[in-house]
Amino acid sequence: MKILVCISHVPDTTSKINFTENDSKFDSNGVQFVINPYDEFALTRAMWFKEKQGATVTVVTVGNATTEPTLRKALAIGADDAIRVNAEAIDGFMVAKELSDVVKNGGFNLVLAGKESIDYNGGMVPGMLASFLDYNFVNACVGLEIEGNKATISREIDGGKEILSADLPLIIAGQKGLVEEKDLRIPNMRGIMMARQKKLEVVESKFNEAASKSVSFEKPTAKSACKLVDNVDELIGLLHNEAKVI
Amino acid sequence: MSVLVFAETSEGKFKKSAFEVTSYGKKVAEQLGTNVVVLTINANDASLLYTYGAEKVLNVSNENLKFNAKVYSNIIKQASEKENSTVIVIDSNTNGLYIAPMVAVNLKAGYASNVVAIPNSVSPFTVKRKAFSSKAFNLIEINTTIKVLSLSKNSFGLIENKVEGTTEVFSPSIAESGIQSIKIEQTSGKVTIADADIVVSGGRGLKGPENWGMIEELATVLGAATACSKPVSDLGWRPHSEHVGQTGKPVASNLYIAIGISGAIQHLAGINSSKVKVVINTDAEAPFFKAADYGIVGDAFEVVPKLVEKLKEFKANNA
Repeated sequence: MKILVCISHVPDTTSKINFTENDSKFDSNGVQFVINPYDEFALTRAMWFKEKQGATVTVVTVGNATTEPTLRKALAIGADDAIRVNAEAIDGFMVAKELSDVVKNGGFNLVLAGKESIDYNGGMVPGMLASFLDYNFVNACVGLEIEGNKATISREIDGGKEILSADLPLIIAGQKGLVEEKDLRIPNMRGIMMARQKKLEVVESKFNEAASKSVSFEKPTAKSACKLVDNVDELIGLLHNEAKVI
Repeated sequence: MSVLVFAETSEGKFKKSAFEVTSYGKKVAEQLGTNVVVLTINANDASLLYTYGAEKVLNVSNENLKFNAKVYSNIIKQASEKENSTVIVIDSNTNGLYIAPMVAVNLKAGYASNVVAIPNSVSPFTVKRKAFSSKAFNLIEINTTIKVLSLSKNSFGLIENKVEGTTEVFSPSIAESGIQSIKIEQTSGKVTIADADIVVSGGRGLKGPENWGMIEELATVLGAATACSKPVSDLGWRPHSEHVGQTGKPVASNLYIAIGISGAIQHLAGINSSKVKVVINTDAEAPFFKAADYGIVGDAFEVVPKLVEKLKEFKANNA
């Protein structure tokens, strides 16, 4: 099994979100970047397939050279090698198009990604990638088992889950449940040392074809301060008369 | 030209979000000076959509048809070609988010998810969406002829706009899919977090799973779904399906009541799409008080039973 894990390089959850250049760009000044948390579930599941079923694991991102430390971190966690498509990601359509070329050239038969990134929250790259390749695709995946060429997949649905079966090649957009949070790995020193020796291939962008672009950002208007109440009667009154939610 | 809305049904019935996307589609159609067409599959009563402005409904009636992303996205493609649609609106439930990117590629369309308002302008086509886990809005421009939008739940609301609609039977061809559904495991009889207008959520401040009785009682009185913070699901006090927050389920309810939850940034990232937030916590310095609209500084074990009692009285008087 040849697995490709798609990694998004995103600001750490606790980062302050600010914009620059007339609110047209994210201000990365002083921001720590990490592997997108949803992609970490995918990467951890891939490591399980590597260790238990002898799969090879390649990680990929579309971005400029500043994303390389994030790929190195994925290598330190245990991926075999990495690919960086050298391009500024304009939108999900373009990223998916670039990745479709990586999947075809690399002969990957399982692609794992997070269901969305925590920065743009687009939630579109895995589904678009599957459509470009005409591969089977499951979104919001909370469980994945593979035997030979057959996959059994659980996906979250509103109020429960659905169990599906499909053949490889397969594209999975995962979330918590694919592995549990306690199973996520922190790179150890040996992993970090080994990651330096692993191959990180840079391929040039081929398409540069986007369907949309970001124009500007704004922050939500500051909310008014929390109204502290002393008793439940007052709370019920406010929820009924002021907020009108009960 | 038209605006095509996909209104999903569950066992033949529309969820509230189906009416919300219809309301939204109608407004976008007015903005573009065109009509809205609503596509639905196996609806018991498609005419319910007329209330929200659906001038024309395409109803696919086929008992053998169950949700499959490839099949459904292909049906939407066929409907949009038949109706010459330039904007396609899909809702943000799990099935909607699954099919929307597939629809976009099938129609060579640009796609915006988490959309919160009607387009800012139609030429160029710009629309506002949520980004950075609801910590910012992002205005994006879509430059393809066809645009696919998924509407962020509960961000637009229902707008009644009764029209004399017509329903047409639509019989698309059914695509082959390599994915088979084996079974569906539904948590029965409970209000789901995705559908709930009110969510009652408990944190580590409740000290143990044996204390969830009052949370469930409060949820029952309010007709709410129950949820929990990440530490609570990690400790196994409550099922993972109840975990709300950044890596758990997102909440976009009208009212979110957090009990014994401090309000870590990861938790707030998952719930800040809720309209009104209430916090009950002993620690007045808990970060949740900065995010909440209403708060009670107090012990959950005293406040919650009182709240249940008073809400029962309130419900009895306002029934």
